[in-house]
Amino acid sequence: MQPGTFHTSSANAGHSLPGPDDIERLELDNGIIVLARSNFNSPSVVIQGSLSIGGLSDPQDKLGLAFFSALGLMRGTAARSFQQIYDTLESAGASLGFSGGTHTTSFGGKALAEDLGLLLVLAAEAMRQPVYPPEQIERLRAQLLTGLAIRSQDTSEMASLAFDQVIYAGHPYRYPEDGYPETISAIQVSDLQEFQRRHYGPRGMVIAVVGGIEPAKAMEAVAKVLADWQNPLQTDPPALPGLNPLAETRRVKVNIGGKAQSDIVLGAAGPARRDPNFLAASLGNNILGQFGMMGRLGESVREQAGLAYYIASGLAGGIGPGPWDVAAGVDPENVDEAIDLILEELQRFYQEPVTPEELADSQANYIGRLPLSMESNAGVASALMALERFNLGLDYYRRYPDLVRSVTPEQVLETARQYLDPARLGIAVAGS
Amino acid sequence: MPPGITRLTLSNGLQVLLKEIHSAPLISHWIWYRVGSRNEHPGKTGISHWVEHMQFKGTPDYPAGVIDKAISREGGYWNAFTFLDWTAYYESLPAASGDLALRTEADRMVNSLFEEQEVESERTVIISERQGNENEPTFLLNEEVQAAAFRVHPYHHEIIGDMADLQTISRSLLYDHYRAHYVPNNAVLAVAGDFETAALLKSIRELYEPIPAGSNLPPVQRREPPQHGERRVRVEGPGETTYVQLSYHAPAANEADFYAMNVLDSLLTGPSSLNLFGGGISNKTSRLYQALVETEKAVSVSGGLGATIDPYLYDIHMILHPQSSLDELLETTEAEITRMQASPPTPEELGRAVKQARALFAYGSESISNQAFWLGFAEMFADYDWFTGYLEKLAAVTPEDVQRVAQAYLRPQNRVLGTYVPDHRPAPEEGYSVEEAEG
Repeated sequence: MQPGTFHTSSANAGHSLPGPDDIERLELDNGIIVLARSNFNSPSVVIQGSLSIGGLSDPQDKLGLAFFSALGLMRGTAARSFQQIYDTLESAGASLGFSGGTHTTSFGGKALAEDLGLLLVLAAEAMRQPVYPPEQIERLRAQLLTGLAIRSQDTSEMASLAFDQVIYAGHPYRYPEDGYPETISAIQVSDLQEFQRRHYGPRGMVIAVVGGIEPAKAMEAVAKVLADWQNPLQTDPPALPGLNPLAETRRVKVNIGGKAQSDIVLGAAGPARRDPNFLAASLGNNILGQFGMMGRLGESVREQAGLAYYIASGLAGGIGPGPWDVAAGVDPENVDEAIDLILEELQRFYQEPVTPEELADSQANYIGRLPLSMESNAGVASALMALERFNLGLDYYRRYPDLVRSVTPEQVLETARQYLDPARLGIAVAGS
Repeated sequence: MPPGITRLTLSNGLQVLLKEIHSAPLISHWIWYRVGSRNEHPGKTGISHWVEHMQFKGTPDYPAGVIDKAISREGGYWNAFTFLDWTAYYESLPAASGDLALRTEADRMVNSLFEEQEVESERTVIISERQGNENEPTFLLNEEVQAAAFRVHPYHHEIIGDMADLQTISRSLLYDHYRAHYVPNNAVLAVAGDFETAALLKSIRELYEPIPAGSNLPPVQRREPPQHGERRVRVEGPGETTYVQLSYHAPAANEADFYAMNVLDSLLTGPSSLNLFGGGISNKTSRLYQALVETEKAVSVSGGLGATIDPYLYDIHMILHPQSSLDELLETTEAEITRMQASPPTPEELGRAVKQARALFAYGSESISNQAFWLGFAEMFADYDWFTGYLEKLAAVTPEDVQRVAQAYLRPQNRVLGTYVPDHRPAPEEGYSVEEAEG
């Protein structure tokens, strides 16, 4: 195909990516890392942040405590009631929300640039002075329990939960962040208050501000509401125990009545984001189940066999050994046929190196899509958060094309050998 | 036309809208066809969506998978959407690769193959897509509500189509549908991003202008007659959660009442975002959230008004609180609607709705893809001026307008009340079992 002749060179691809010259990074005295980057093409602003507390600190009988505590933060603070918080936010057309993960509690919000101050004040009040008003907490509990009741009917989520239980047997990753009905029911208001008091604090916290504001002003606005936060009681999250890989393939089924489609999740634990071979695994994963129309798996299971509307592989990365898995939704009659086709592809991926052409395609895809992933303020904020969370260095996105190009087919094969042994997989199916 | 926008019609009838944006080295190319489930009748339901799938199955010059890979290699992404009124295809790419999008779309406007064997393999893919939808109580409920709301108008059926038609539609029906509707005089091309207009226009003329115009299509004439009494539908199925959907016949996007209806939606259930990318905001201070969720009659409530060619529906979705009852939920909802009809909202409430809309527009304008989306989307039911004048029109809505549309549209006689109720089937054997172990 001919290259286009109508584009301009007004914006240079290399320099549109964040780097040390346009990311502002500051560590406050209390340890909070603040990152900021301006985008004056946008009249709005996005914040994203994380605290180093998550479900790993949940007690066994109260799984979901970190998640519940995060969602409860905005139900009332020492400064404002639930009504006042949301009246302030929604009157400005702004949004702010917290969520709880396994390792971290994160938050995200957006507002018109003129309203950044109120967004930060509300976020800081929520983290520092939540009240967990009993009436609001009961209301939230009913919502969480309804969410879990809906989850129990969701074939995709239930397959994923069952898969985690197989591949993370004996490891904390086997538990869902949002707990179970009995554990959510067991959590008291005092548990939430105590959890916040002991675990929320500035140490390990990161916040990124991106949008139509000068970085210096963003820094100042963050410092104003968070620089004096101290919590001497803040405890560090427990260390992540090691994981025993499966000795053989295990297949499990979750029965859910009355469903037209069954969901399959299949795979194993993959590399952590900071593993030196993560990028090779990620490129391999792209070839396996993403590139073009869902990679090799899409070609085999969707395009050739017509068995599934969706099939894709995913590599979670993250702080620990997140899953490297394949997910598909198929007619209950076709579950075995689809699994066989997926296993065939995994066998090939495990035995033979990917072709140089396949790798070159995925490398080009990774390099080319980076600017598109940063089209929005939220995309840039996520990219900045990743720099800090995984200690990648402020110049990472500028170095990225070279890092991607340096991966070889042999390195990809090595990661397949290390993580995706077809004889040692977890396979979970949920449906009727 | 606002400054910065180029708008023209090619000799074959193709409408073109271009917007230069030089903030990032990206380009977003959209082609819109004025065909969707609105243009289907029984026996052919779901055919527009299926044609959309077939458009990814290759042409003589670009066999299936070739474009996929070419776009991915450039780091771009592409996708397509079939809606009630339209089908849209887009590519967002690094600006230097924009030519790829032009060539792809010009080619598949006329040259798609629709090979028999590809039709058959896509049949099962689409059936699988529908089965995935059928797993969701909200889909099952919406399908029944929509069917009850439209007895005559083709908005009657779901976009994905009825299973009966998905099992029987033939290659020739699909191909005829494609050839009839995929013609330049039934399409809008919208491009936004980092290009020079004159140069881009030259490429567009070279690639698109040789495509001959097709016959004019017959208008959709089966108007829905007024509804004269509340209709109720009940769906039973697995689970322990009760879902409620209240759907009121609502004004079309180009009717004057649409703006007041949008403000009403904002006050009742929180602002709806019409952006395809960019997300919305929470609705916890909306009247129905306050009346239902804060009193523990519902665990959630949301609402939505779509921009459509013909009058469609204003939907209110609720999930019943496990400790409440359907009667209580409905009584409280009715009381809130009556309050809206009885007295106009305050000017402050209206001011708030306008600020919320302004913020949502700002979030949407961040992305070049979303800006290109709006260029074409607005043309499907009005024109681009509809989009640029939207906030002004919204700001001109008075409290009395809101009261009036509440009285006119939110009458029980004008709605369908749908419920999805658990059927309390015996639970399958203990949820989780080890099926087999392999060595």
